[in-house]
Amino acid sequence: MSLLKYPILIFFFILGLNITLQAQTKPKVNGKSGQIGLKSSIARGKVVYTNICLACHMADGNGVPTMNPPLIKTSYVLGDKTALIKIVLNGFSEDVEINGQKFSNNMAPHSDLTDVQIADVLTYVRKSFGNNASAIKPSEVKKFRPVKKI
Amino acid sequence: MNSRKLVYIFLPLVTIFLLIVIISWRIDNNKPSKVLANAGLTLPSGFEASAIAENLGRARHLTITPQNDIYVHLESLKNGKGIIVLHENNGKATIKTSFANFGGTGIAIKNGYLYASNDKAVYRFKLNEQNEVINPDAPETVVSGLLSRRAHEAKALCLDNKGNLYVNIGAYSNICSEFDRDRKGCPILDSAGGIWQFKADKLNQHYADGIKYAGGLRNVVGLSWNDQSNQLFVMQHGRDALHDLFPKLYTQHQSAELPAECMFALKKGDNAGWPYVYYDWIQNKNMLGPEYGGDGVKTADPQYINPAAAYPGHYAPNDLLFYTGTQFPEKYKNGAFIAFHGSWNRAPEPQAGYCIVFQPFKNGMPDGKWEVFANGFAGGPEKTSPNAAEHRPCGLAQGPDGSLYVADDQRGTIYKITYKN
Repeated sequence: MSLLKYPILIFFFILGLNITLQAQTKPKVNGKSGQIGLKSSIARGKVVYTNICLACHMADGNGVPTMNPPLIKTSYVLGDKTALIKIVLNGFSEDVEINGQKFSNNMAPHSDLTDVQIADVLTYVRKSFGNNASAIKPSEVKKFRPVKKI
Repeated sequence: MNSRKLVYIFLPLVTIFLLIVIISWRIDNNKPSKVLANAGLTLPSGFEASAIAENLGRARHLTITPQNDIYVHLESLKNGKGIIVLHENNGKATIKTSFANFGGTGIAIKNGYLYASNDKAVYRFKLNEQNEVINPDAPETVVSGLLSRRAHEAKALCLDNKGNLYVNIGAYSNICSEFDRDRKGCPILDSAGGIWQFKADKLNQHYADGIKYAGGLRNVVGLSWNDQSNQLFVMQHGRDALHDLFPKLYTQHQSAELPAECMFALKKGDNAGWPYVYYDWIQNKNMLGPEYGGDGVKTADPQYINPAAAYPGHYAPNDLLFYTGTQFPEKYKNGAFIAFHGSWNRAPEPQAGYCIVFQPFKNGMPDGKWEVFANGFAGGPEKTSPNAAEHRPCGLAQGPDGSLYVADDQRGTIYKITYKN
């Protein structure tokens, strides 16, 4: 056993410790109502995720090799909000390639969810599993609903 | 005050140091996987296992010659080759050669030829008297143009003793609902969701030259000809998402256990009933599917065949082998080994499968309760999931001395299981 063999391990360990310490101190600095709104959106989003998304994308967001894509560190989740919202509303049936791996299971549309539910679950996904992208608002989801014909 | 401050500074540092020591010690100790008894597998008493090859790639199905050459088919190319040939001597395998510019799943030897498939075609290579491929760069095309539409595309295959080749054409869907919104009947069944029969010795056949031998089969990766009953046996991957799609009819637990993964003994023209029916192994009944009016209680139309044996949901049977050797104890003779690749659709319940099951047979039909034969491929309960599993059993083959070989498509390990009394 040699400690010198694991400088990267040590580096990440200390890095992880720093992040943990920072995360613990942050809420005290920014204890605003926006933060509370975000927190409850994430909490509601987690419930939606558990009921609707978890069966395929897994509790840790890692997905299933060759079938269901991971929701971690991918531009599908962290990038353009419009594309992400449309995937939830309309479903998805294209091959996805992430980090050299292909995923091919079809995703069903989830337009039966409310704007708030979709905003919550996408905010949860964009802020969980090590992701940290901006929140999504219900009004942003509403824009992509088809206009109802009377 | 000062000494207290020092403690605050040093206590975390000492903790970090100790943690690093423990973690590095653990990493060091995890390194040599070969130290594990039976290569990490648990087996019935008297059996032993060893990993004879590692890191081959995504090793799917395999077949072994009387000369102890092991042909392993990789799902995707490694170093530009899709088939690796190992030669085994005294429990050690060395790579002899590799060839084929296509990856895939199916591979089998019959009448002097090595048959192998990719997702769209079946090829064959002529073998010499030593069962070595004569012309590795020039395979003959047996069948081309097979349907492959992103899901269930692996063309698992087997051959009978009358010159026929059987190929799985999986349904490119979970339960056909996207193609059958009005519930009038699944329109993809004429060209998918079944086993197609071709001539084994006729070259350049096209998809349309095949006969749909049996239908209503969602996806089959493990299939084998049974010489005792002279019948084709297949293992179906059952449907997913009963709870997700019908939360009022099925609990999460029921959705994890159901439907059964089914073994079917097929006759020409049989219909196993996908997507209209599924088998409930707890009630021992063929059920009407919820998409077509089922409610978890209504049973299926008897025109659809019942399985010959049934196993828990989502285990993912990826290979089927009838044991004809004499090395294993008598009870294994002519019984079936099934490689269960392991589930993903049991979440939020724990995943399961990731094992080799033995199914006793009598007179060419299942007889008695199945049992787990080899377990531990995943590497522990916390690793029993598609992402975390260290190994996933995918292919089975019997060696000339009656040993059982297992291919793992997660890390490319080949296991040899022997009986030592």
